[in-house]
Amino acid sequence: MTLPGFPDAAPLAGLAGGVLIGLAAALMLLGIGRIAGVSGLAARATGIADSSLPRISAWAFVIGLPVGALVVLLARGGLPANFASPVYLAVAGLIVGIGTRLGSGCTSGHGVCGMSRFSQRSIVATLTFMVTGFATVAVMNAKGLEVLP
Amino acid sequence: MSGRILIPALSGSIFGAGLALGGMTDPARVRGFLDIFGDWDPTLAFVMGGAVLVMVVAWQIQPRLTQPLFGGGFNLPGTQDLTPRLIGGSALFGIGWGIAGLCPGPGIAALVIEPVSAAIFVVAMLAGMFLVRIFEGNA
Repeated sequence: MTLPGFPDAAPLAGLAGGVLIGLAAALMLLGIGRIAGVSGLAARATGIADSSLPRISAWAFVIGLPVGALVVLLARGGLPANFASPVYLAVAGLIVGIGTRLGSGCTSGHGVCGMSRFSQRSIVATLTFMVTGFATVAVMNAKGLEVLP
Repeated sequence: MSGRILIPALSGSIFGAGLALGGMTDPARVRGFLDIFGDWDPTLAFVMGGAVLVMVVAWQIQPRLTQPLFGGGFNLPGTQDLTPRLIGGSALFGIGWGIAGLCPGPGIAALVIEPVSAAIFVVAMLAGMFLVRIFEGNA
């Protein structure tokens, strides 16, 4: 199915993927009482963050991410993947790492888990990173910076 | 015991499958969403919408449970205050997200799709997290 006016959009696949992400986050919340925030869990797994969650549990979640993606990759016989060059990836990764620790979360923790709880902090955080994300792409496009192949 | 490893492993796997299925492991899709003044791709809004809908229901169930289904206790964020740190950090995160079209979940999930590129992003991200810890003592 395509969306009128947006021939490249994949609304059904997006919705299906989103429901899976929601179910995964619900399993963490109702199953073991935790927020499925990827930046926080990655920091916990690597020992960068301290919390009462056992590191083995954080590792189990973090390793699960590529395992789940691999299942879809194999089932679909390939997935589109347009990545930026190494310098952009390194700069972006560094900024994302610093920002998510200072901001206490990313798209999953604030965007999915926090907004659905109507958390004031998460709603403000999500609006903030969306606005700076929009602005960053707009400025880069205006400067003619082509990042992706 | 199942709560310690099995549940988070299952959750992470379903999460990663959802990211891949929703197209979020392709930075071009994410950047297409962030390109609101250009050739906008609304797919990410459907991913976010689907996930939030399910979680709204989960948050209605959560207070009715005295403890999580697979052990342990509920350990959920309780802070309410809007701090410069929250807003500044989120603003920074958005800039990094916009530059490469990757956030932590898709970056890690993509390790099986585009291993070298994803690894560069993930290692740099962990370095950034580590820097915050060094500068702040305990982040």
